[in-house]
Amino acid sequence: MAESVFAPWNDPEAKPLIQFKGVTKRFGDFTAIDDLTQNIYEREFFALLGPSGCGKTTLMRMLAGFEEPTEGQILLNGVDIGHVPPNKRAVNMMFQSYALFPHLSVYDNIAFGLRREKKPKDEIHARVKEMLRLTRLDRFAQRKPHQISGGQRQRVALARSLAKAPKLLLLDEPLGALDKKLREETQFELMDIQEKTGTTFIIVTHDQEEAMTVASRVAVMDEGRIVQVATPDVIYEAPNSVYVADFIGDVNLIRGTARARPTDTPPETVAKPEPEPKPAPAPRETASAPAPERAAPQPNTLGRALHDKLLSPIFGKWLEDEPRRLPPPTAPEAPRAAAPETTAPSPQPQDIPPGGLEIDWSEGQAAIIAANGDPALDGEKVVLALRPEKLGIAKTRPQAPNTLKGKVIDIAYLGNISTYHVEIEGGVMVKAQAANTRRIARRDITWEDEVWLSFTATAGVVLKDE
Amino acid sequence: MRRFSWFNATSLTLGFAFLYLPMILLVVYSFNESRLVTVWAGFSTKWYGELLQNEEFLDAAWVTLKVAFFSSTIATVLGTMAAYVMIRAGRFPGRTLFSGMIYAPLVMPEVITGLSLLLLFIGIGLDRGVLTVVLAHTTFSMCYVSVVVSSRLSTFDQALEEAALDLGASPFESFTLITLPIIAPAVISGWLLAFTLSLDDLVIASFTTGPGATTLPIKVFSAVRLGVSPEINALSTLLISIVTVGVITASLVSKRAAVQRRREEQAAQRTA
Repeated sequence: MAESVFAPWNDPEAKPLIQFKGVTKRFGDFTAIDDLTQNIYEREFFALLGPSGCGKTTLMRMLAGFEEPTEGQILLNGVDIGHVPPNKRAVNMMFQSYALFPHLSVYDNIAFGLRREKKPKDEIHARVKEMLRLTRLDRFAQRKPHQISGGQRQRVALARSLAKAPKLLLLDEPLGALDKKLREETQFELMDIQEKTGTTFIIVTHDQEEAMTVASRVAVMDEGRIVQVATPDVIYEAPNSVYVADFIGDVNLIRGTARARPTDTPPETVAKPEPEPKPAPAPRETASAPAPERAAPQPNTLGRALHDKLLSPIFGKWLEDEPRRLPPPTAPEAPRAAAPETTAPSPQPQDIPPGGLEIDWSEGQAAIIAANGDPALDGEKVVLALRPEKLGIAKTRPQAPNTLKGKVIDIAYLGNISTYHVEIEGGVMVKAQAANTRRIARRDITWEDEVWLSFTATAGVVLKDE
Repeated sequence: MRRFSWFNATSLTLGFAFLYLPMILLVVYSFNESRLVTVWAGFSTKWYGELLQNEEFLDAAWVTLKVAFFSSTIATVLGTMAAYVMIRAGRFPGRTLFSGMIYAPLVMPEVITGLSLLLLFIGIGLDRGVLTVVLAHTTFSMCYVSVVVSSRLSTFDQALEEAALDLGASPFESFTLITLPIIAPAVISGWLLAFTLSLDDLVIASFTTGPGATTLPIKVFSAVRLGVSPEINALSTLLISIVTVGVITASLVSKRAAVQRRREEQAAQRTA
C-alpha cells in the first residue's frame, strides 16, 4: 500500500482512537443501537450515514456523553468513557442547531469552553484569536449570534467546538441549515479545517452526497446496526448489500436467478506462464478508483484474462479479506498489467471475460452476464445493482456484452445530465443517465423512442437478494 | 380596509366604557373639592396633600411593599426551580400529578387558601404578622411564576445546555451562565406578576395578618366600611398612574428592542 494513502483501518498496527465494543442502547423496548462494534482511527473523517431513526444520532450522543450505553463499552484511547459525564470528556460536538449562546458575543461563545478550564486570560485570548482567524470571523468577534448570517453562525459553532482542541469532534448534521451552494463550499472548508487541525471528525448526516464528499470512511447504518463501512468509492462501486446500493445514489435493481458461467480459459490465454512482475500495479488500482473508466466499451480481452487467471488467483484471497475493494479492474487498467506482452490476439467475439455469473431475469430474455459475480451464488436469487451512469443509451443496437431493448417513458433533464426512464422488454423500469454533451435541441432521443441500453459485463454488482 | 360600521363602534364604546368608566369616575372624584364622593364641588388637589399626611396609610403602604418584595422574590426562586424540574427532569413516576398540583392554587378559592394557611400558622404556633403574610403570599404567587417560567422553558432549545456541558461547564454553571440569562425576561415578568398579586391581595392577607402588619388593601377596605373618603380616591389614582406608566414603558422598551433586533438580523443577512 502506498505510503501517501491515508488508510489506518487497513493497518493492523494502527491503534484506534475510538472503539465501540458490543455497544447496545435501548430506550424502553426500543433498541436504538444493536450490539455495535467498530473502530475509528485518529485523523479520520468518519461519516455516519443513514435514514432518520437508524441510530446514528444516538451513537453520536453516546460519544458526546448525553446518552449512556445500556451494554458494551466505548473506549477513547483505550479508556472506557461510557459513563463519563459530557463535561469531563475530551470530546466536543457541533450541534445541528449550532446552539450558539444568544446572549454572548461571537468572541465569548468561542471563549466559553476555554474559560471553563480556568486557563490564563492571555492564553484564552490567543486561542480565541486563532480560532477566529481559522474560521475567517475576525470582523465579527463582537457581534451577537443574531447579528450574523447563517453561514457565519455555522463557522462560529465550528470554532467554538474546536477551541478546546478536542481529540474528537462530533458534527451533527452540521450543514443541514445552509442552502445548497453554501453547503458545498462549507464541505470543502470543513475538510480543509480537519486537515489543518488534524482532529478526528465524526459527522452524522442523512445526505449521502455530503458523506461521500467529506469522509475518509462512510458507515451506512440501518436499524441500529452498521451495514457497511468503507471508503466512499467502495461504498458506491461495491456495496455489500441491496440496502446500501439502494441507499447510496441512484440504482437500478434487476432481480433474477444466478447461474455460474464456465470459467475455462479461452485458448489465447496460454500467455499464462508469464511470471508476475506485477504485484505493484494491483494494489494501486484499489487505491485510485477511476469510476468512469468502467464504462469503456471495448475491454482488452488479454489483459482481462491475464488479470482473472493470473493476478486474481495470486492476490485473490488476500484481496478478498479485509474491507471490500473495488471490483476487478476493467479495460484501461488491464493493458498496464499486460504491457510486457507483445501479442494480443482477440479470438473472443465480445470481449467478455470468463467466469462470474449469468442472471436469468426474465422469461424469453437473454441472460445478463456479470463477469464479476461471485460463482458461489450459483442458483441463488440475486439482484444486479446497476448505476444509471454505467448504462449506455443508443437508438441502434451497440456492440456490448449486455444489451436491453426498451422504450423511453420519461426524461428528467437536469442540465448537465439527463436521466432516461426506460421500460425494457420484460416490463422492468430502468434508469440510464447520459451527459448532455450536446445542446438540448440536438438531442436525438425523445419520449416513446425505441432505444437500446448497454453495459459491460462488470458494470453491475451482483448481490444476494434479501 | 374594512369599513368601520356602527355596530363595531357601538360594541367598542360599550366594552371600553364597561372596563374604564369606574376608574375614570374614581380618578375624577379624587380631584373633588368636596368631602362627599358623589357631589362635585370644584377642582382641588387637597386630598393628595392629606394623603401624604396620613401616617396610617403610609405605614400600610410600606408594609405592603415589603411583603410584596419578599414574597415575590421567594416565589420567583421557588417557582423557577419548580418549573425547571417540571420541564427538564423528564419522566418520573407522578410527574403529571406533581405538575397538576403546582398549578392547583391558580383555581383554588382564595378563602380556602387563606383559611388553611391560618389554621396551619395557629397549628405550628407561628405568631401572625409580616412573616406570615409573606409566607402566605409566596405560597399562592409561586404557581403563577412557575406557569410563566415553564412556558418559556418549554420553548428553550435544550441543545444550548448540552452545548455548555459539552464545553466543560458543570450543570450548575450551565444553568447560571446559559439558561438563566436566556430565560431572564420570563423570570422578571414572573417576579412582576407575583409582586402585583401580592400588592392587591386582600383575602389571604386578612386571614394571615396580625398586629402591625396591616397591608394597604386591608387598610383601604376597612376605611371604606366607615365611608369612602376622597383620600382613598387619591391613593387609587396614584396606584393607577404608577401601573400605567410602568406598563407603557415596558411595552415601548420591548417593542424597540424587537425592532432593533429585526434590523440587525436583516443587516446580517445582507452582508453575508
